[in-house]
Order: sequence, then structure tokens, then C-alpha cells
Amino acid sequence: MNPVLLMDFGSTYTKVTAVDLDAEILLGTGAAYTTVETDISIGLENAIAKLEEKTGPLDFSQKFACSSAAGGLRMVTSGLVPELTAEAAKQASLGAGAKVVGVYAFQLTPEDLVEIEKQKPDIFLLVGGTDGGNSACILHNAKMLASTTSSFPIVIAGNRSVAHQCQEILRDKETYLCENVMPKFGTLNIAPAQKQIRELFLKKIIQAKGLSHVTSLISGILMPTPSAVMKAITLLADGYEEELGIGELLAVDVGGATTDVYSVASGAPTRSNTVWKGLPEPYSKRTVEGDIGMRYSIQGIVQAAGIERISQISGIPVSRAEELIAYLSCHTDCVPGENPELQKLDFALAAMAIATAVTRHAGHVEEAYTMMGLTYLQTGKDLSQVKQMLVTGGSLIHTSHTAQIAAYGFYDPQNPMSLKPKEAQIWVDRSYILAAMGLLSETHPKTALRIMKKELRHDGNSE
Amino acid sequence: MEKKKLIIGVIGADVHAVGNKILYHAFTEAGFDVINLGVMVPQEEYIAAAIESNADAIIVSSLYGQGELDCRGMRQKCDEAGLEGILLYVGGNIVIGKQNFTDVEKRFKAMGFDRVFGPGTPPEVTIAALREDLLGITDQVVK
Repeated sequence: MNPVLLMDFGSTYTKVTAVDLDAEILLGTGAAYTTVETDISIGLENAIAKLEEKTGPLDFSQKFACSSAAGGLRMVTSGLVPELTAEAAKQASLGAGAKVVGVYAFQLTPEDLVEIEKQKPDIFLLVGGTDGGNSACILHNAKMLASTTSSFPIVIAGNRSVAHQCQEILRDKETYLCENVMPKFGTLNIAPAQKQIRELFLKKIIQAKGLSHVTSLISGILMPTPSAVMKAITLLADGYEEELGIGELLAVDVGGATTDVYSVASGAPTRSNTVWKGLPEPYSKRTVEGDIGMRYSIQGIVQAAGIERISQISGIPVSRAEELIAYLSCHTDCVPGENPELQKLDFALAAMAIATAVTRHAGHVEEAYTMMGLTYLQTGKDLSQVKQMLVTGGSLIHTSHTAQIAAYGFYDPQNPMSLKPKEAQIWVDRSYILAAMGLLSETHPKTALRIMKKELRHDGNSE
Repeated sequence: MEKKKLIIGVIGADVHAVGNKILYHAFTEAGFDVINLGVMVPQEEYIAAAIESNADAIIVSSLYGQGELDCRGMRQKCDEAGLEGILLYVGGNIVIGKQNFTDVEKRFKAMGFDRVFGPGTPPEVTIAALREDLLGITDQVVK
């Protein structure tokens, strides 16, 4: 036996997963409250104790960790045109596993600066202009940032013609130069900025978040949790060497406060007569719906879907549904358990969370009549032919209706222009192993993939 | 010297892709840095591309007769977006039917286009105009 420990320091729970590299199996998992305020290693020890209750004492050969504790990796970005470099900056940050708490376009104003200083981001990503393109905006924004008293590190990944000038303007701040996120019009180049963000996360954020206590316990690799999840999902879709993946994939994690959606798919148009518009889409794309969550963001689901729709799906009258939702928004740790009414309500809420988040993540088409006949204009990714969908989150794990809830993320005849999967095999991550497998994939990709293929369960079928 | 940057594309619900590709190659060959937005380009997309890349000119093509509708308000939108004075060209079959080109040219110039090119204009003519307007070089064009 060659056991490896994978740790995930979450905002609420510290989760640990043990795997045996020799047998390529999951040994067990354990969780305990995160203790970031006092000493984060207490929570870790408690979680390991829970794990070892099931597995017996383990002598770990390696230990890896990811973290989203203490608010995760909070980032603010600024770009030029909202649909172009500002969007590229947001994509880069989300893909690096950040929690994006502010996106600015065009010139920053004094009011913007007040907001930004209040947000206290861990990293600021400053972009704007293609290489040799617009320089006025990024120079203005660099000057504005230079005038603040805040000390967050600034990653500069804009027009290379003035990148050094920006660094000079920001000489009193901690700055890092990177390749442009959009070197040429219509070309997305987010990997270098993401690499820089991850290095900064390792170097700076760990200390700031009280994680330095545990770095001595870790063999290496520490990354933001969403970044680990993204690595796992990409590996699961693509495969590794002769070990095949499961193909293009959509994944949804419905949480208490946010809903994360990941797609690993080219997203290229699948129907003929289609013109693809807008920024090129990253092959592995992550979006976060900050207003869609089962408890803290319960009202966001109601606003997006409408209380009537929730009442209709759950079979609970509107007034009663409103009452329960108000209760749940204050009692965020309430789970349905055996209560049939709450089970029905959570079914409807989770269904609408998935429907809303997947609709926002997926691309859409518009019809246009041209001399050549009907033509479609596609914006975003076409996921209609994606055949695999992976779901996780309490509301999808602790229910016998996982596949039915997940199916609300499929193509909807009421909204035919949205390019969501037509039908897909549903997979469920019942033991929350994705982040752990993403970590493991850094050193043992084939083992991580084989364990995922064993542990992730098929659940029902859309056909 | 840095190359002058052009934004090109076919405006509106127009899918004529061949002329667009010819212009892309001709302009690139002539020494311009060309950003080609392809077909079915809304006004906003030309403008966004021009802002981000700090372009020197926007060249709008239209071949399906609806150019006059599609181009309306483009100069004002450029002004609004901070692209005051950017060079704006339009060319192709930009109006319906056979109309007197002098009238057509007048109408498009009133809309704020700096130059208007009629059907069948060879790329060399547009290139000569660009060289004159952007580089101050006057060529002899053999038609």
C-alpha cells in the first residue's frame, strides 16, 4: 500500500481524501470544521482523525493540498472593452480558480477605486489593449491604481507596448509582468496570466490566509480549490495517454452560496449556416453564478426562476414556498432530511439553480434571415452535443432524484436558442473527490483518472 | 514604421464571404495590419475591435443592398465610443437597385463616411485611397 493524502481547506469544512497509489483506489474521506481563525492544522488533524476512524492509521508517502479558505482567492480585474479584454481578464481569473469580486471596463474612476479598496482583493489583474493597440486606458488605470494606498499585488497582462511603462507608474506597488491576455484581436492567451496568479497564490496568499502553519506538512502543490476541480474535470473528459477520458463534459457544482459550472468542450457550432461571434471560448471554461445557491443565495434562484415556477415544480403553494424560502435563507445549515416538503422544495430550487447556471454558461444562437436563407449567429459555446454531465453539491448528492434535477440543465424547448446539452449521461460525485483528484493529477494523472472512473457514479439516463 | 491598422468586415445580415477574403489578402499584401471580422458584423463589433486595437481605419463592406440601413449612425457611435475622426470607408453593392452613384456617395458621405466605393471597385483603388489618407502618399492607379 502506498497511501497519499489530499487536503481541501474549504471555507467551512476541511476535507481530506486518502488514496492508495498501488491499488489505485479511494481509501476513504473525512471532514471537519475549518479552523482558519485559530490554527488551521487543528481542523486538519480532526479531519484526518475522522478519516483514520474508517481506514485505520495510515502512513502517507505524500500530502497535497488545495484551499478556498478565508474567502478563497479574491480578485478584481480591469480591462478596456467589456466584451473583449475585460471579459478575457475575467475568464483568466475564473479559470485560475479565483473568486472574481469586481470586473471593470474602460477607465477606472475615483468611485471605482473606493469600491476596489473596500473589496481588498488578493490580486488585481490589470489588462487592456491588444499588443500595439490601445494604450491610453491601461496607462490611465495604472496611474489610478498607483494613487491608492492599498498593497495588493498587481498582475499586468495588457498591451505589451506599454507594459513596462505601467510597471514604472506602479513602481511603489508589487507588480508582475505577463504576456497579454489578448495579444491580437480575437486571440485569447490566458495561460501565462493564470500561471502567474497561481504562483502568487502559492507565494503570498497562503501566508495571508493563515495557511503557512500547514505548508510544512505538505509535500508540494497548493492551489485554489476551483483550479483543482477544473484540472480533474479536464482530465476526466480528455483522458491521459492510453487511459481514455469520457469525452466532452459539462459539470455543475450547486453550492450553498454559489453555483459553479465547468465545460470541457470546444463549443464550436454544430449546426450548419452558423457564424460564431465574440471572444474565442476557452476549451476548459469555468463560470461562477454568485447569486445562485441553495441557502445563502436562495433568493437569487427565486429572482431568476420566479416563485411561480418553483411552486409549480415543487407542488408547494406560492405562499408556503415563500415562507419556507425565507426560513431557509436565515437557517443556512438546514437540510431537508426526511421532511418531504423540504425535499420537494430543494428539488425545485436545485433544478432551477442548474437551469439558470447552465443557461448562463452555455452559448446561444440568434436567427437572421439573409440572402442565403436562414443563418444563425452563435455567441458562446455550443454544448448541445455534449453527452456527459457531472453534478455535485449537497442537494444533488442527498437525493434519489439526482438525474431528474440534473436534466433541468438540458436543452429546453421553451428556450430553443440556448445551446445546452440535448441529452447526456449523468455522473454524480457523491464523495466530493473532484478537488482531491485534481491535486493528485498533478503527479499521478493516470491514477487520478482511474479512481474517478471508478468512484463517479452514473445516475439514471436522460433517454 | 509601424503598420497602419485596418478593421474590415461585412456589415449586417450579409454573408458574402468571398470579397471579404480577397480584401483581407489584398490589404495585407499592401502592407497593412488587417483585423478581419468576417461576415455578419454589427456596428458595435467594428467599434469594439477598433478601440481595443487602436485601429487607424474601419472599412465596411456590404453586398446585399441593405448597406444604407446597416450603416446608419455608425459615425455617431464611433464618436460616442471615443473614436472621433477615425477613417471610415464603405464599399460594395451598398444600395438597392441601380442608382446614380454620385447620389449614393453623397448620402453615405452625409452619414459620415470619408470615402464611398461603388460596385466592382478593384482593391487597388481602395489601397491607393488608404495610402493617401493614412500615409500621405499619392499613387498613380491604372484602372
